[in-house]
Parts: sequence; structure tokens; C-alpha cells
Amino acid sequence: MPLYHDDDQTMLAESASQFMSEQGNTQKQLRHWRDRDCKDGFGHELWKQFAEMGFTGILVDEDHGGLGMGHVEAGIVLEEIGRNLTPSPFLTSSVLAATALKHASDDAKGRWLPGMVEGEKIYAVAIDEGAKHRPETIRTRAEKSGNGFRISGQKDFVIHGASADMMIVAARTSGDDSDEDGLTLFAVPKDASGMSHDSVRLVDSSMATHTKFDGVELDGDAVIGEVDGGRAVLNAMLTAGRIGAAAEGAGVARGAMDMTIDYLKQRKQFGKLIGEFQALQHRASHLYSEVEIARAVVIKAAQMLDGGSEKADLMASVAKAKVAKAAGLAVREGVQMHGGIGMTDEYDIGLYMKRDRALQEFLGDQYYHAGRVAEMSGY
Amino acid sequence: MSDLEGFRSEVRAWLEANCPAEMRKPVRDEGDVYWGGRNASFKSDAQKQWFEACRDKGYTVPEWPKEYGGAGLTGAEGKVLRQEMARIDARPPLSSFGIWMLGPALLQFGTEGQKQRFLTEIANGEIRWCQGYSEPGSGSDLVSMQTYGEDKGDHWVVNGQKIWTSYADEADWIFCLVRTDKENKYQGITFMLFDMAGEGVSTKPIKLISGNSPFCETFMDDVKVPKSYGEDIPAYVGEINRGWDVAKYLLGHEREMISGAGGGDRTSAIGAAVKRNVGEIDPVLRAELAMFDVDALAYSAMGEKFLDEMKAGKGHPAQPNMMKYVGTELNKRRHELMMAAGGSRALEWESEDTSGGKPARNWLRTKANSIEGGTSEVMLNVIAKRILDLPGA
Repeated sequence: MPLYHDDDQTMLAESASQFMSEQGNTQKQLRHWRDRDCKDGFGHELWKQFAEMGFTGILVDEDHGGLGMGHVEAGIVLEEIGRNLTPSPFLTSSVLAATALKHASDDAKGRWLPGMVEGEKIYAVAIDEGAKHRPETIRTRAEKSGNGFRISGQKDFVIHGASADMMIVAARTSGDDSDEDGLTLFAVPKDASGMSHDSVRLVDSSMATHTKFDGVELDGDAVIGEVDGGRAVLNAMLTAGRIGAAAEGAGVARGAMDMTIDYLKQRKQFGKLIGEFQALQHRASHLYSEVEIARAVVIKAAQMLDGGSEKADLMASVAKAKVAKAAGLAVREGVQMHGGIGMTDEYDIGLYMKRDRALQEFLGDQYYHAGRVAEMSGY
Repeated sequence: MSDLEGFRSEVRAWLEANCPAEMRKPVRDEGDVYWGGRNASFKSDAQKQWFEACRDKGYTVPEWPKEYGGAGLTGAEGKVLRQEMARIDARPPLSSFGIWMLGPALLQFGTEGQKQRFLTEIANGEIRWCQGYSEPGSGSDLVSMQTYGEDKGDHWVVNGQKIWTSYADEADWIFCLVRTDKENKYQGITFMLFDMAGEGVSTKPIKLISGNSPFCETFMDDVKVPKSYGEDIPAYVGEINRGWDVAKYLLGHEREMISGAGGGDRTSAIGAAVKRNVGEIDPVLRAELAMFDVDALAYSAMGEKFLDEMKAGKGHPAQPNMMKYVGTELNKRRHELMMAAGGSRALEWESEDTSGGKPARNWLRTKANSIEGGTSEVMLNVIAKRILDLPGA
């Protein structure tokens, strides 16, 4: 398979690009909701439009109303989301939750998928415990209770946690905190009693929660996959989510870079366009190179995952780390090259910097993933 | 089974039958590479056997047309062959500037007669070529070159000096930029082909900081170059005075080659190998190795995308400059890290343990990567101008 988009994927990219720049731009979405102090941090209307475009069910098989496409296609949508800084529950719902639900019972699929595909429901994932992404250790416990389970513990950095109609929670049903085995994934509905959210607005204006589970009672049918065998499902979610987050990050990098290159062609100082200065040209060219490579590794990782390659997990970490490096460079250079106006709230370049910072942390930063690359490579 | 998968099993079987075990090891040094040419000799029977099998199959230049000694493979088939060769660590059967550089230029700009003669000689490993571009006063500013060919009707008399001519002392023929119009900077250069055994051509190896001498100075002292080598075989590629077009096209190929976009050592991760060789790794070095491996593995994905796009006619035409810039900077960083990991052992210049100072010499050699074929700074200029369209670039 060649490492570029085929004709169908190119068409999808064109329509996603047009849709996102028209409907998902910062005036209509990010700034609009932020300036109204929106508790969701995104617009439900837009989520309905995502559904009309077919995006919500992009990874969902056709039997459940989706498009049955792969992670290359999901990545195309995410790159446009990143370029336009479009706030939406796409990554947590249509990539992470959708990947988990592939492993769910038919009943659970029937219960959760149609609402998401139709743009009515949004989902969150509760994995992290603490300020850094360390999914190797899960302390949240789920004890057997009657026919079901009782969950106790706390999750952090749950994006859209307070808005979610259902939350996929990774909890420990046996073993020690850092055991590979003994995890189970649960679909916890919004109204579950004993679940409470401490909502926090993040630097990029997205909303997250610290979510407490205080003896939350769940039926046995809330289990996704096998009891004690949740690590495999969690890993599948993480790989898909990391590649998705990398795709969005590549879009953030591109958006920030394009905006900055345009600015170099407009801004005059010393009687010259600042883009004429070689000091800036070389930095811009270096940035371009890094962003191109980041985009390439995202497609590579997505193709590997779609093709069932056993190295997709490694490449997901390479992609997440590389994109973090490139996007970090793009937003830092972006603000610096914009000069004073880069520091103003009025200009979008600062919004790219904020979004990048949040995406860096989501599902592991560059240091975590570079460390994983080293471990998986045997050193 | 798709056609391509059918081709893959065919290739796999052919390699199984024809690639000797000794040729299924990564290239360690110059001696492991067969360059062909009039004075070539094989280092081993296996090297000879492997070369001849590939030559007869058209696999020295698999994607060239069959009538010029290639195998006429499509881009997709060529990729399959490279993948299958990489899978068993098969060495390239023949390396040469004819394959990498002159060949592509002739395929693009050559006459039928030139292709019949020169491409076939290259494919069969009969003639070894070198490239005469840079001059002592013309490095990054290549177009300022002065080597002059005086028009004498049916021939030119060429005088001047080239520098950094790779392996000129072992080459048979040279493709050489020669000024044929002093009034016209860009449209006054002819891309000439001539035999280095002719009178007036001499070479002198240049000793580098690595202690090796892969490059030469090449002197042309009243060299008589005929304008034609027979019917439809002009001694120049493209048109007289329009050699700069050919040279620019070729620089693209050279940058692609130096970038290591096709894979191999330059794009591979190194952390695991360092661990095997060194054992304990300092934690901060481990972190640097991990960050390097992220960049290297991402770059190899870029290399694959770049080649796929080139073959499909997609991608920006100036993209080889980006590949060259990143690939060479990455390779320098690779060798810095390997020297750091190797410690004092890697400093040894002649010892047997280091096969004659390989780590240090290779490390020093990589410093040329971001100079030869266009410096990193020139690459960044070209990206700024041709890709980013920045003003005044």
C-alpha cells in the first residue's frame, strides 16, 4: 500500500477540510463557546453536523450504522480538527470509545453505538490516575457485588467527563496495581449513582474532570470484553487513541505553521517583509521539514494499525512522540515569529499553542512515548 | 493472490536460489561494495556470482527498461524487490554513480543512441563513472564554475579543475560540467561525457579528516573531447549550453541518494544496537538515543512516503532538498551518539578491535554529508524559496 492517500481518502480530506474550516473554525466554535463559558467546551449542534457528514461513525462497522472505515480515515478528520482547533468529542467518542466498543457484547453495541453515530450521544474515557499518563498502573478497583461490580477510585484528565453520556472506565478487578492482568473495562452511564465530577477548564478551554467513583454499582453487562482481560482492550484503545491524537497534533502543527508562514509574507520591518530575512527563512524551512515528517509517520502508523501490523503499537508511540516534537516546535516558532501580536488573545496563534500543550499530555507525552520506543526496542 | 503478491513470491524464490549466503550480510566497508568498471575485481566468488546473477536478470538496475539492461519493473514491483532484498539483508549487487546519477539523467535527457550504449554499460558494470561538478572556487555557488571547453569545430579542448570528484582515481569516464559560453552564466554550460584515460586528464586523491581519500582533485589540461561518439551518440547530454538543466535535475537525484530515503543504515534506529555493543547505557544518553530513534523511525516513514509519492508523480518537486537536509543532519547526530556510547574505545584510530578505527573514521566521514551535494544551508534556502515561497528567497 503506498504511503499517501488514495482517491477516496483524498475526497474525504477535501470534504473534511471544507467542512471544518467553514463550521469548525475558531470564531464559530472555540472562541464562541469559550467566551460564553460553556460547560461542555464544545457545541452539540456541531456534533450533529459531524453525524450528518458521517464522521461520528467513521470507525463503526456498517451493521451498526457507521462507515466501517479505518484509522487513516479517522486521522484525516482529526488532522482537519487540529488545523482548525475544532472542539468536539470526536477523539474520545468516535475513536477511543468506538474502539473499546468493538470488543463489547452485541447488546452493549446496540445500546451505545447508534446514539453516537447519530450525533446524540458523546462518550468519555477514564484512564489516567494522577497528573501524568501511566496506564501501566491502575488503582481504581471494581469489586464483585451481587451480579455486578462496585467501583471505587478516582480518575483524572477525563476529557468531556461531565458532558459524557457514558464513560469507559479502566478498573482493576484482581491483582496488584501494576499487574498486566486483572483489568476490566466498564461502560458507566452518566447517571450512575456514586459517580461525581470535579470539572476543570483546561488551558485550551476544553473541559475535563477529576471523577470520583464512590462504590458505583454496575450490572455485569456494563463489562466491555472479558473480566480481568481488559488490558488487551485498553491497549487497543490506547493505540488507536494515540494515533488519533497524533493526527490531530499534526493538524495543529500544520495550522500553526501555515499561519506563521503567511505572516512572514505580510509583516514588514526595517522596510522589508520579515520573510526575506534568512534567519527566519531557515527556521521556517526546518519547521516545514519536521511537520512533513510528523505527518508521514502519522499515516504510516494508521496504515499499520489498519493492516493489523504487530508493529503498530511501536509506530503509534513513534508518531505520538514525533508529532509532539514537531507541533511543539510549530507553536513555539509560531508565537515567536508573530512577535508581539503572537502574545495577544485576539490572534489565533496562541490558541494553537494552548491546544498543543493539552494534546501533548493526552495519552502520553513525548518523553513517555520515547521511553516506550526504547523499551519496545530492547534498551 | 494479487499480481504484486505473485511477484513477491517469485522474487523470494529467485533470491533464495541466487543470493549466496555471504551476500546476505550488511555492508561493513568499502571492500564489500562492488563498483564495476574496467579495473574492477571481485573480492570473493560469492560477490561475483551475486553480481552476475543480478546482471543477467536485470536486477543491477531493476526499474530501467529491459532494452538497456534493466528488468523493466514497475515502481510497485521495484519496491517489492527492495523489501525482499532488505528482508534477507542482501547487498546491492552493483553500486555506481552511473546507476544513481548519470543513468537517471540519460533516461530523462539522453538520445536513443546514448541510452543504448551508456545505460547498457552501466547496467552491466562495464564502465565506472564519476561526477565532475564542484571546482575550487565554486562550491555552494556551483554555477560560477570556470572549467572551459573551447569550441574547435568537431571537438572541444577542455581546461580546468574539478574538486570533490568521488573516486575519480578509480573511474573510467566522467560526466562533467564544462563552460562553453563565458558570456552566459546559466545557459553557457554543457554536460559533457568523456573518457578519463584520454590525454590531459589527471587525478589526485584528497586526504580527509577521516584519514581516507574518497574524493579527488581532477585536472583537465588541453583535453580533447570529440562532440560525438558515433551516430546518435553525442558527447553531451541535453543540448550544448543547456547542461545546467541536466545538472539541476541530477542534483535532485543526488540529494535523494544522500538523504538515504531508500532506507538502509541511515534511517534505522540505533538504541538497540548501542545496548548490544556497549551494555550499560547512561540514563541521559538512553534518553537521547530514544529521542533519536523517534526521529529516525519517523524519518524512515517519511522516506517511504517520499519514494511512493515520487513514483506516483505526487509530492513537491523540491522535496528531495528537504529529505537531504533532514537525512544528513540525522546521520551526523547518529554518529555523534555512537561515539558517545563507544567512549574511549571509539577513539582508537588503527586498532584491530575497531577494524582500523571504523567508529571514529565513519563519524568524521558523516560531517561531509551536510556539505556534499548541497549544504544544509543551501537546502534550507531552496525549501524557503521553492516550497514555502518566501519573499526574496
